[in-house]
Amino acid sequence: MVNLIWLLMLAIGIIVSAINGHIESVTASAMKAAELGVEVAIELIGVMSLWLGLMRLAEEAGFIKGIARLFGPAVRRLFPSLKPDSPALGAIIMNLSANILGLGNAATPFGLKAMQELQRENPTPEVASPAMITFLALNTSCITLIPATIIGVRLKANSANPTEIIGTTIVATGCAMTIAIIVDYLIRHRRRK
Amino acid sequence: MRIIAEISRWAIPLLLLVIPVLAYLRNVPVYESFVAGAEEGFKTGVRILPFLIGMLVSIKVFIDSGALDIVSHYLQPLFAKLGLDPNFAAIIPLAIMRPLSGSGALGVATQLINQHGPDSFIGRLASTLQGSTDTTFFVLTVYFGSVGIKKYRYALKLGLLADFIGLIVSVWIVTKTFY
Repeated sequence: MVNLIWLLMLAIGIIVSAINGHIESVTASAMKAAELGVEVAIELIGVMSLWLGLMRLAEEAGFIKGIARLFGPAVRRLFPSLKPDSPALGAIIMNLSANILGLGNAATPFGLKAMQELQRENPTPEVASPAMITFLALNTSCITLIPATIIGVRLKANSANPTEIIGTTIVATGCAMTIAIIVDYLIRHRRRK
Repeated sequence: MRIIAEISRWAIPLLLLVIPVLAYLRNVPVYESFVAGAEEGFKTGVRILPFLIGMLVSIKVFIDSGALDIVSHYLQPLFAKLGLDPNFAAIIPLAIMRPLSGSGALGVATQLINQHGPDSFIGRLASTLQGSTDTTFFVLTVYFGSVGIKKYRYALKLGLLADFIGLIVSVWIVTKTFY
């Protein structure tokens, strides 16, 4: 499905550009996007190194294990296929906490780390495991308590009350997350039968 | 709300202080361990680079061509039929952009907020939508790409479902709260 979507976006983009008579913009867009990819990756290497370095310290100090033990029971219910002492649990919890606090930059390294740990327990290395899909569903729909970036934008645009959208954001993302978890549970349940 | 904002502000500095100190007290060679962990960050960054470039090129060619505008143009009458606020149509490009590109969506949201005013229906809806959905395509390709998953199974559909629910609930809750 991703293959098809990728191809369709590219092909439709080129065809529309041709019809609109600005085919040369395709070249500029493609080159620019490729450069942007490198920029994003380099920036990510910086933050990733910082956070994964800190995470290693936290692991060796027994900090992650403590957190996993504290929040583990709730999180483990969502991931029944994981072993109770799986190292993935700690990383998943760190990723979700960073998401909830709106620390976007910190969430990705923990998320990628969690993915690597989940892959280690995946019996079919090229196929997404149910635990991975649950994790990504949680990750992309996770509640954010402080949408800091958008509050900043509103502040700059002279909003009378920049933070008034926090409540509505929590409700919207809360509903999205709840339904994603329920649907994921139903799919997993049906496939097992 | 203020308490939560303060927690967000303090979270990273506190983590940066508490974790190394705690590790040191437990006889962890702090600097060496940090560097060993950081090396992993470098490797992951390099591994996801091709996936980033592939996805960005396809998305940017699609958006820059004007195809996104065409899609939202044809969706507008549909929403009018559903009896939604006529202003609602302005949100369509953001709703389509959101799962594709984080920075792109932020750009569209900023433009909407500045154009319609942060305290207008569109301004509030754009703000709520920006905070309540995620760049699903992006997260999926990068996360799965980093560990070599090729078959996504139902992950994309599930992620897009969550975005769609986020959109519907955003419209409902903004209307209900402010109007």
